[in-house]
Amino acid sequence: MEAIKTLTATAAPLPLPNIDTDQIIPKQFLKRIERTGYGDFLFYDWRRIQEGPKAGQPDTNFVLNKPEYKDAKILIAEKNFGCGSSREHAAWAIHQFGFRVVIAPSFADIFFSNAGKNGIILARLSEADVETLLQRSTANPQHKITINVEDQTVTDEQGFRAHFEMDPFRKYCLVNGLDDIGLTLRYEKELDKFEAKHDKEFWSTPKAAIA
Amino acid sequence: MAAKTMFEKVWQQHLVAEPEGEPSLLYIDLQLVHEVTSPQAFDGLRMTGRKLRRPDRHIATVDHNVPTSSVQDRLVIADQIANTQVSALRRNCAEFGIEFYDVQDANQGIVHMIGPELGLTKPGMTIVCGDSHTSTHGAFGALAFGIGTSEVEHVMATQTLPQEKPKTFRISVEGELPSGVTAKDIILDIIGRIGTAGATGYVVEYAGSAIRALSMEGRMTVCNMSIEAGARAGMIAPDETTFAYLKGRRFSPGTKAGAPGLASETRDANVPAIDEAQWSEAVAHWRTLPTDPGATFDRELTIDAATLTPRVTWGTSPGMVTGIGDTVPSPADTTNEADRKSYERALEYMDLKPGTKMEEIAVDRVFLGSCTNARIEDLRAAADIVKGYHVATTVSAMVVPGSQKVKVQAEQEGLDIIFKNAGFDWREPGCSMCLGMNPDILAPGERCASTSNRNFEGRQGRGGRTHLVSPEMAAAAAITGHFTDVRNWKFNFTKEESASR
Repeated sequence: MEAIKTLTATAAPLPLPNIDTDQIIPKQFLKRIERTGYGDFLFYDWRRIQEGPKAGQPDTNFVLNKPEYKDAKILIAEKNFGCGSSREHAAWAIHQFGFRVVIAPSFADIFFSNAGKNGIILARLSEADVETLLQRSTANPQHKITINVEDQTVTDEQGFRAHFEMDPFRKYCLVNGLDDIGLTLRYEKELDKFEAKHDKEFWSTPKAAIA
Repeated sequence: MAAKTMFEKVWQQHLVAEPEGEPSLLYIDLQLVHEVTSPQAFDGLRMTGRKLRRPDRHIATVDHNVPTSSVQDRLVIADQIANTQVSALRRNCAEFGIEFYDVQDANQGIVHMIGPELGLTKPGMTIVCGDSHTSTHGAFGALAFGIGTSEVEHVMATQTLPQEKPKTFRISVEGELPSGVTAKDIILDIIGRIGTAGATGYVVEYAGSAIRALSMEGRMTVCNMSIEAGARAGMIAPDETTFAYLKGRRFSPGTKAGAPGLASETRDANVPAIDEAQWSEAVAHWRTLPTDPGATFDRELTIDAATLTPRVTWGTSPGMVTGIGDTVPSPADTTNEADRKSYERALEYMDLKPGTKMEEIAVDRVFLGSCTNARIEDLRAAADIVKGYHVATTVSAMVVPGSQKVKVQAEQEGLDIIFKNAGFDWREPGCSMCLGMNPDILAPGERCASTSNRNFEGRQGRGGRTHLVSPEMAAAAAITGHFTDVRNWKFNFTKEESASR
């Protein structure tokens, strides 16, 4: 995981609530067995015209197809972003498309965890603050926003300043680019000890039948 | 000792470490594996040279991608990308030593169906799977939740997960459910009340007399859709219903080796040898799990079961739901700008006008299936509705049993004949049109009454329009061609007319 401490970039506004992971990465792209190459499929259906003679062609009205937003590294959306399916492909697609930050009033649990494991910063701001940022990035695609992970702040050049909550441990991992499995293996002794006792508790063992 | 919730007990019994300033390290008793969210996790192990720590705490099957049209189509999967994924799982399970139920294995099925069927799922366990509907297993009093692929790899390597402790939320449904109102209607009602993010950050315990009166199948339906309210997990206290379901299953405590692991309904005639002492010891432990009297929850909600009615979703989120006797709501009914916009967008996508009676909405397709509603009891309930009738000429309807065991049992009971005579397509087991990763999809613009769990845009096929309902409601819609209140199950044509249409 790449270490990330601070980032200043333009933002793409996506002013919709309940954006689910089926929209972020449609099912047909979940059949791949690779971990990379999902960026091109981000919001696949929303990026294309769905009906009529131009069906399948890029929808130039969709924010991610607009050239003025092509350098955006921040995505701004409304409440409950990332709800639905647990597919980590959604986090991979967002990251591989080039986004490093998602700002929204709230995120779904599993997506929140998946994003963290892929070095995506999720900044949860109040609905009013999100609305302000949505408006500024809509009015001016070149509007720059700065995320500082160590200070846990979102700021801009027009004096916007908001604090976001972040679990201290998650922050530590993010700024140091640490691997979760490696961190857990620090507790291997405790794990061995727990397992030796727990394995005897047959009532909560998957294959509890008598051999 | 302080009174504890069931969640608290299961959580504490699985704590490996509680490092200061870090998430707790939680032991995972069982990981269920399927073809879609596992290949990158196995690759991760190979890349880092890590071993799969506990193959005996993993079980794998194929469900998301497999065709349901015929056995032949399953043995040779025409979609090359899907075939690659299924083959990868086959290879990975062989390499890492995981028990694998292949496409035509007698134990194959939707991963959340086979855990309970085999008795792998038990009260008090921690269970994960790279699938959000893992919450299903909470029906047994297990703490079960969906995870992403990085976490799947984490469990493979360590049999643990670092977890922040969720909050607790008790939803009590008290009283008796009216006739025609099902477990599906309970959970759709709850999601409609609290919203799709209403339980985010919480583990929900479903309680109350209406929940206790549900069968295991009904409880699984309720817990299954916990994630649709944003919950980390859903749980129901184990009781006599739970124990009766589990006794004698293949991997249940006390079941002796070589026992066939029969489904409960057919078990009586072929009771496998059971070590009663061991079984009783397990039950004694499970009886300690339910929430202690006086334990407190972070949040509580009580619902009067008598007020519930059959539910139908009208929009593109499971929270966009109303009663069968109601009308399509208007964006003007919303209280904020964000909701108004999402109502407008949903109505446009669903091609519905505010004020339209739900009963007047015609359907093109009916899908009876998914980890929400493809268990034997669901198929029986639907068969009861359709028996002697025929699917409307304007409707194409299919039944996809959730597992091989359910399919076999339904066929033993003659349910397949009832469905086929009524004009339903009787299919092979899998996830099928719940998410349309296999060839079972809606065409753009098609409207479907579905017993599944998600009505997102394009979920069942690009441009497809999904309405979530109970099996009974789906069956009735198939016969009449439009949504129909099962509480008034009579038609304006006779069975004879229906058969001749």
